[in-house]
Amino acid sequence: MLIASIEVHLGALDLALELEVGDGEVVAILGPNGAGKTTALRAIAGLRALDGGRIVLDGTVLDDPATSTFVPTAQRPIGVVFQDYLLFPRLSALDNVAFGLLAHGRDKAEAKAEAMRWLERFDLGAHADARPATLSGGQAQRVALARALATEPRLLLLDEPLAALDAATRLQVRTELRRHLATFDGARLLVTHDPVDALVLADRLVIVEAGHVTQAGTPAEVAARPASRYVAQLVGINLLHGAASGARTVQLTSGMELTVADALPGPLVAVAIRPQAIALHRDQPGGSARNTWVATVVGLEADRDRVRVDLGGPVPVIAEVTPAAVAELRLEADAEVWASVKAVDLTTYER
Amino acid sequence: MTQARTPWVIVPLAAIAIAYIALPFAALLQRTPWSDLGRLVSQPVVADALWLSITTAFAATGIAAVVGIPLAWVLARTRFPGRSAVRALITLPMVLPPVVGGAALLFAFGRRGLLGGPVFDSTGFVLPFSIWGVIAANTFVAMPFLVLTVESGLRAADARYEDAAATLGASRWTIFRRITIPNAAPSIIAGGVLCWARALGEFGATVTFAGNLQGRTQTMPLAVFLALESDRDAAIALSLVLIAVSLAVLVPLRDRWLAG
Repeated sequence: MLIASIEVHLGALDLALELEVGDGEVVAILGPNGAGKTTALRAIAGLRALDGGRIVLDGTVLDDPATSTFVPTAQRPIGVVFQDYLLFPRLSALDNVAFGLLAHGRDKAEAKAEAMRWLERFDLGAHADARPATLSGGQAQRVALARALATEPRLLLLDEPLAALDAATRLQVRTELRRHLATFDGARLLVTHDPVDALVLADRLVIVEAGHVTQAGTPAEVAARPASRYVAQLVGINLLHGAASGARTVQLTSGMELTVADALPGPLVAVAIRPQAIALHRDQPGGSARNTWVATVVGLEADRDRVRVDLGGPVPVIAEVTPAAVAELRLEADAEVWASVKAVDLTTYER
Repeated sequence: MTQARTPWVIVPLAAIAIAYIALPFAALLQRTPWSDLGRLVSQPVVADALWLSITTAFAATGIAAVVGIPLAWVLARTRFPGRSAVRALITLPMVLPPVVGGAALLFAFGRRGLLGGPVFDSTGFVLPFSIWGVIAANTFVAMPFLVLTVESGLRAADARYEDAAATLGASRWTIFRRITIPNAAPSIIAGGVLCWARALGEFGATVTFAGNLQGRTQTMPLAVFLALESDRDAAIALSLVLIAVSLAVLVPLRDRWLAG
C-alpha cells in the first residue's frame, strides 16, 4: 500500500498532492500536460527528491525530507514502465528483462531462465532474442511490463503507458494491459492524460491540474459530477460556473442568466450541459426552450458522424450536431448562430 | 541534404579552401622519389620512429580514456562550483602552443619539477627524455579532444535510460558500466580517434619534454622535421608513411562509427 504526500517545486510548477493506492488497486493520475503527473511519479520512484511531504510504501518510509530519510531508487521495491518504454536498445528482449534480476544479485543462468519465463507469460517467448527496435509497439510495451515486474516489486508505476502507440494498436494493447495489470497483486499507479486509458484501466481516478488534486473518485463518480471545466471536457460534458440569481435562475460569470428546472442546491453552483442537449438555429427560436442566446462559432471538429461545435459568447459551451445541420446552418468560424437549451437539460450541483 | 540556393560568391571561396588543403598533398606526391621509396622507408630510423609513434599514441589514448571518460561524465552529469573553470582548464592544452605545454610539463614532472623532483629523490625515476615522457606529452596534448567529445556525447545521450536502470535495482557503478558507457560509445570512439590522431602528430610538447633521441623518443613528426634539414627525400618518405598509417587507422573507424 502506497501512502504519499508529495510536495515538489520545479520551475513554475508547485506540486502538492496526496495519494493512496491500496494493494490490488489501480489508481490513475489524470491531468493535462504540465500538471505535474510525471513529476509525481518520478518522486515516488526516487528519481526526484521531495521538497516536502512523505512517501510510505508498505509501512516503509521511502522519502521524508523532515527526517532526512531518502531511499535511493535502486533500493525501492518498485517497477516502472516508462513513457516510450526505454528498453535498453543494445540488449535483447531477454537481456532487458534479465537486467533487473542480475542487478538484484541473481546469477546469470538463473536470471536468464527467470526472464524467459516472464517473456513466455507475456506471449513473447518467440521474441527473446529480438532487439527492442525490431519489436512492435505492443510487444515493446509487454517487454517493458515484464522487465518492470520481473524484480517482483510491491508498487508498479506506469507513465503514459499507451501514449507511444498509434490509434489502431492502442485499443488492443489497452485491453491486453488491463488483463496483465490484473495479474499483479501489488499497488498500481498509472499516469495518463487520456481519459479513456484512465477509465478503462483504473479503479479510481485522481485528477491533477496545475499541481493539485481537483477531484478523486471512481470513474463513475467523476463522470457524474465533474468538479472542473477540464474534467467536464474530459468526460464530454459542458460545465459552467455561476451563482444563484433567483429560485430557478443561475447567473453565469458572463452575466447571462440560465433558467433551470429544479430548485438550486446552493448559492454557488455548477451547471452541466450535455453537448447533444444544445440546439442551434439560424433565427431566434420560439418553442419550449427557456434558454436562448446568440453564439459565435469558434471552431468545428468532426467526430465520426457528429460535429462538435465550439461556441463562444455569453455561454461558452460545446454543442454536438450532425454534419447536415452544419451545412444547413452554414456553420463556419466566426459565424453567428442562435443556441438554445431546455431548462430540463441543465443539471446543477453545488460547488 | 537540401538543395540550397547557392550565392555565387560561396563556390569560388569553397574551391579555394579545397585547393589550399589539396595542393600541399599534391606537391608532396609530386616530389616523392617513387623509385627510391622502398629503400628510404626501410631505413631503421623509420621503423623506430613509426613503432614509437604508434605505441605512444595508443598508450596516450588508453590513459586519456581511463581518466578522461570519468572526467567527461563529471562535467556532463554533475553540477559543482567551478565546473566551467575546470572545462576551460581542460581546453587549455588544445589552444596552448604545444611547446609551452612541454615546458610546463618539465616544470611539473622534470627531474627538479614540482612533482618530478620528490619522485626522483625517492625512487630515481625520471619521466622526461624517455618513452614515458613521450606518452606523457601526448596525453597532455591529446586528452582534451577525448574529454570534450565524450562530454558532448554524454549530454546528447538520453539519461532516462539510466533512470530506467536505477528502477531495476542497478547500482551506480553498474549503470555507468552497462548503460552510460555503451550509450556513449559512438562519442567515445570518435573522441578516441581524435585523441589518437592528435597524439600521433604531436611535435612541440614531445620535443620539449621528451627530446629527440632516435629509438627512444624520436617519433615520426620529429623524424620528419630532422630529415627535412638533411635528407629531403627521406622526409618525404616518412611523411607518406605517416599519412598512410593515419588513413589506415582513421578511414575504417570513420566509416564504421562516424558515418551519417
